[in-house]
This record gives sequence, C-alpha cells and structure tokens, in this order.
Amino acid sequence: MSNQHDAHDHHAGAHAHHDEGWFKKYFWSTDHKIIGFQYMFTGMLLALVGAFMAYVFRMQLAFPGQAVPGWGLVSPGQYNMLITNHGSIMIFWVAMPVLIAGFGNYIIPLMIGADDMVFPRLNRLSYQLFFISVLLLIASLLVQNGGFGGAWTAYPPLSANKDFNLTPLGSTLWLLAVAVEFVAFLLGGINFIVTAMNARAPGMKAFDVPIVVWTIVIASILFMASVGPLVAGAVMLLFDQTLGTSFFNPNKGGDPILWQHLFWFFGHPEVYVVLLPAMGIVAEVMTVFARKKLFAYKTVIYTIIATGVLSFFVWAHHQFVAGIDPRMANVFTVTTVLISIPIAEMCFVYIATLYGGSIRLTTPMLWALAFMAEFMLGGVTGIYLGSSGADIFFHDTYFVVAHFHYTFFPIAIIAVMSGVTYWFPKMFGRHLNEFWGKVHFWGTIIPFNGIFIPLFILGAAGEHRRIFDYHSFPHLATPELQAMRVFATVSLVVMLAFQPVFIVNYLVSMFRGKKADKNPWKANTLEWTADSPPPHGNWPELPNCYRGPYEYSVEGRELDYWPQNEKA
Amino acid sequence: MKPIATTRSSMGIATGKLAVWWVLVSEIVIFGGLLASYVMNRLAHVEWGDQAAHTNTWAGAFNTFVLLTSSLSAVLAHQAAEKGDGPKAARFLYMTCLGGLVFLVVKGFEWAHEIQAGFVIQSGGFWGYYYTAAGLHGFHVLAGMAVMIWVASSAKKNQDLHRVENVGLYWHFVDIVWIFLFPLLYIAK
Repeated sequence: MSNQHDAHDHHAGAHAHHDEGWFKKYFWSTDHKIIGFQYMFTGMLLALVGAFMAYVFRMQLAFPGQAVPGWGLVSPGQYNMLITNHGSIMIFWVAMPVLIAGFGNYIIPLMIGADDMVFPRLNRLSYQLFFISVLLLIASLLVQNGGFGGAWTAYPPLSANKDFNLTPLGSTLWLLAVAVEFVAFLLGGINFIVTAMNARAPGMKAFDVPIVVWTIVIASILFMASVGPLVAGAVMLLFDQTLGTSFFNPNKGGDPILWQHLFWFFGHPEVYVVLLPAMGIVAEVMTVFARKKLFAYKTVIYTIIATGVLSFFVWAHHQFVAGIDPRMANVFTVTTVLISIPIAEMCFVYIATLYGGSIRLTTPMLWALAFMAEFMLGGVTGIYLGSSGADIFFHDTYFVVAHFHYTFFPIAIIAVMSGVTYWFPKMFGRHLNEFWGKVHFWGTIIPFNGIFIPLFILGAAGEHRRIFDYHSFPHLATPELQAMRVFATVSLVVMLAFQPVFIVNYLVSMFRGKKADKNPWKANTLEWTADSPPPHGNWPELPNCYRGPYEYSVEGRELDYWPQNEKA
Repeated sequence: MKPIATTRSSMGIATGKLAVWWVLVSEIVIFGGLLASYVMNRLAHVEWGDQAAHTNTWAGAFNTFVLLTSSLSAVLAHQAAEKGDGPKAARFLYMTCLGGLVFLVVKGFEWAHEIQAGFVIQSGGFWGYYYTAAGLHGFHVLAGMAVMIWVASSAKKNQDLHRVENVGLYWHFVDIVWIFLFPLLYIAK
C-alpha cells in the first residue's frame, strides 16, 4: 500500500492549497479527487496481484506438475484458491473500484461543475470500508488452511460446508470481505447518484450531462437494486458457515440452488454495472478524437436505461445446467438474446459517431477503438451461451472462460486504459508519453488475443474449466490441445512483460512528462475548464453550463469545439 | 468550509432526503431478497407451517401495535419540526425511541421463550428464516433508534431540523418491513 500513498504525495502535494498534515491530506481527505485516486491506485495494485495469480495457474495448465518460477509447485488446493481469488479480485477489487468508484469520484464532480461530492465524509467512509475489505481479502489468503477455493460464485454446499472446502477461516473471511465491499459501494453509489441529481452546475439540464456520468449513475442504481438479495444471501451463507444453519444445506431441508438465484440476480446485472461506465468512457474518448458530435445522444441514454432494465431478467442463463425448469430456460434464452439488441445498438451508435469524423489516433483513442473490436467478439460469442440448447454443450468449458474474458478484459483493462490515458493530463498536469503509450497498447492487445482465441477452440473441443491437470483426461491431454494451452500461457507472459512499460511510463510522465495546459485535447466537457491538476475545490469560481457536452465541429464556428461553459 | 456542492439542489429535493430515499431502495431489495427466498421455500415446504405455529402471535400483534404507534409519534415530531419547534420534535423522537425499545424487549422475551423450548436458529428451515429476518429487522430498529437519539439531541437545540423528517422516513420503512414480517412469520400457519 505504501507505493500508492507515495504516489499521492508527489502528484498532488504541490497543489493542495490547505496546509494540513500529510496524513490528513492523503489518508483522511474528503476531496473527491484524492478519494478517486485512492480507489484507482488500490485497484491497480490489486490488478497486479490478480495478474500474478493468472500467471501461476496458466503456467500450471501449460506445464503441469512443474515448479512455476516465482511460486513453486502448485497444489490442487492452491490452484483452486488462485482461480477463485483471481476472479474475485479482478471483478470486485479491480473493475468495480477503478471503473465506478475511481473514475466516478474523480470525474463526476468535475464534469457536472461541482467542487465536491454532496456527502464528502460519506465518501471517505466508503473508501475506508473498501480498504478494510481489501485487508480482509488479503487476510483470507494468509490464514491457516489457505484461501477460499470454491470459485468466485461461491456455490454451496462447497462454500458452506468446511468438510468440503477445507478452508473454514479462508471462506468466511472471503465472504466478509465481499460483504464489506458491497456496503462500501452502496455508500459510494448513493453519493454518486445524489451528486449527479442535485449538484449540477447552474444551467446543466439532465440532457447536458456527459454520457460517462449517466453511465456511472445508472450503473450505481443497477448495483443498488441488484445487490440486496446477495447481501441477504451473504448473511445466510455466513450463518450456514459459522452457526450451522441450513439455508443452503439440502440434507436439512435447505436449497443450494437458491444461492445461485441470489448470486446471479446480482451477478448478471453486475456485468452491466461495469460495462456501462466502460461504454461511457469510450463515448467521451471517441467524440473528442473523432471531433464529432456523439451520434444520437438521447437514444444512447434510453438505450442505457433499457439495458439496465433488461439486465434484471437474464440471470438464470447462468443456471441452464443447474436443473432449472426447461420452460424457464426458454424464457431466459429469449431475454438474454434480447439484451444484445441495446448493446449492439450502442456499438452502432459509436461506429456512426466515428463515421466521417476526423479521427486522431492518440493512445486513448486506440484503446477506445480496441474496446469496440474486442468487446464485440465477447458479445457475439455470448449469443451461443445465452441459447440454452447450445449452452448445455458449452457450459463450464473454456469457451465460457474465453467469452467472459472477451467482455471483462475490454471493460476492466482496455476501457480503463482509455480513461487513464485520456484524463492523465487533467489528473497530473502533464502528458503521458505517446510513444511508450502506444508500445504498451500493442504489447497488450496482441497477446490478449493470443491468450483467449486458443481458449475458444479448446472450449469448443470440450475442455472443461476447473481442472487442475489435464493428464487425468486422455482425450484432453493430446499434444495439439496442450500446444494451444502453451500458446495461451506464453501470450499471457508476453502481455505481462509489457505491463512494466505502462507502469514506468505512467510514473515517469507523472513527474517528467510534457506540461499540459487546461484543455490539451480541445474537449468540451467542464473538467477541461479547471486547472490541470484541479486544486481542492476544483475552480476558483464554479462554472455555469450553457449547452450539451458534444458540440464538436459545429458549422459556422471558427473552433471545432465549444466548451459547455462558454456563453456564446 | 462546506463544499458548495452540498448546498445545491438541482432537482428541487433536499439532498439529505434524496439520499434517504436511495438508502430505502437498497434496503427494500435486501429485505425483498430475503423474504422472496423465504416465501418460495415456504410454498415448497408445507410442513414449515407446523413450526410457525410455535410462534407467539399475540406478542407479535402487540409489537405491531407498538411499532405503528411509534410511527405516529415520528410523524408528530416531523410536524413539530416543520413548525420550527425543535424541543417538541425531540420529545416526540424520544417517544418513538421508547416504542422501539418496547418492541425489542418484547422480542427478547419471545426469543428467550422459543430458545428455551428448543427452537434455535439451527433447528432447520423455518427457524433459520425466522431468526435471520426478525434479527435483521431488529438490527434496523436498533440502528434507527441510535440515529434518532443523535437527531433529537441536535433538534433539541433547534439545529438540523430537516433531519427529523429524514429519520422519520427511515422509521416508517422499518415499520413497513415489520408489517410484511408479522403475517409471514407469525400468522401464516
């Protein structure tokens, strides 16, 4: 954690205008920008932990039974712990804190022209709870018997019964960590929603709000409306683990499938909770670097809302093979395929935005374009899995693994990189080095496809997930299939080898990069009218808003952009 | 120095009140998930009705009466706060807290009696939900009382009177949850 706070010290130290102690400024701050950084850096550090876990279990799959450099021999229990916590960390402690809490905190007040969130102290409490959840998670990995290994979905009876999972303390701490994190995000979410509703700049109507603010707010509402049953479910599971109740224990009249419903009623909207902010970031970047008005702004907003509503009616497509009524499976097939319509519509809208624009291939724009391309692969393969007939074959194979990595990687890494590189000049007052930014981009995107395209093929060949060593399954241990596993693993190692390029570029640019002025990208939204980096309070005098956020290349205007705060 | 954002009201609704409503939305889905799970299971297990017969309907009914009455004093506190009479609002809030206290004491006697009779949280299906749902609700009663004492202590000095309404909203929600719990856990035999 110390790195993270050092980083705060340097980039913001010179700019905070109140003379409080170091501790108060960076640990106890109520400034939305500092809290945003806290979330973002914690998330990025945990991404490294999650990536290391992926490296260890991919090495085990490619070279089973051999010592993994940096880890040693992988035992079956460790393997389960690694895949479980890789999933949990990447979703709950990377995608959520960076995309929603990190960007949400940093950009919502700046984009709506406010000096802070409406509940600054609640905001601080939210991060502190989140930090406790991180400590609980780390503790769960270090306790006796090791970390929880029952997959991030934590299906009972494996997760509920210590005789099955063999990690009584690790499981309970893991569950507590997830529950505390939910509370942190509920507090943060209420803050985002109320801030965007109530603290907008004078003159900013609902349809003058940038898309990314809309998406983060709608994502927060989705989270709030879907997580409740899982909070109740977490309490029930905790009681099953510790008190010996029988909510999910079939031997004593409980129902293990109930957990799956509670989990996926949250788990599927969760996909859209992280997808929507990613789509929002990409919308901002695309309009700025295509120098064009966002195509169909209002339609995009209605589409986001439609996606949010539909996302509550698709959850059982995760349970087609769990013994649910086939008639119910039909219904969920239809709703699942239906939800691809609004998402496809968003993709078309973005392509229409690019059409005829004067496109500038900067680093953030490259990431945004890559997001579209890669995410569509993830979306299209989802149609196979959403159809219950096909899913019976594909379920729990590597086809599923490849599918959701083609959705989550674009969300949690590609869109995040787009946002990080786009707002970098605002956050630190300096430019990120473009050359090394592009090296990192190509060094990440190409190996990414190298990892997951083979997994699609392996999955279609019948390779089941959650298998520690394929030697026990002769039809899966053929040299051809093993070669593909090795290819995927080598691609992962190459991708990880390119990440230090980003870290070094990020840190060096933060201190040595070319100085950035207030509005280096010539963008319209209000954050670009504040100093780079904005001081505590953001503006000496808060801006007013006179128009929508996407007035680029307006005919008859000399400049090809039109900031929201300019009167005429 | 308070941020200007905290004083704005683009929607025309006070920020605190708006936030309380969103808190209630998240609470509704928490209890909604728990109760929906219970109802689905209850429908699948007719025999849970025999277990539910052991609960004390009269104690539950008395508690319903107490809690509804305490909501009345929460409304009276709001009315007093609207008129700017902080000390009076505080008195009504303390009365509401007293209602919450009576509710919890009665609940405590009920539980002690049931535990003595051997019906504990591990006793299977119905009892797991009974203790979890009522316990979660009792926890909300306790939290509401704590917030109310805090609000009342500043209302007494005529400070932050808008909070009287907000805590009242929360209290009505706690009340409504009980109105669902009472028939589901006590009456449906």
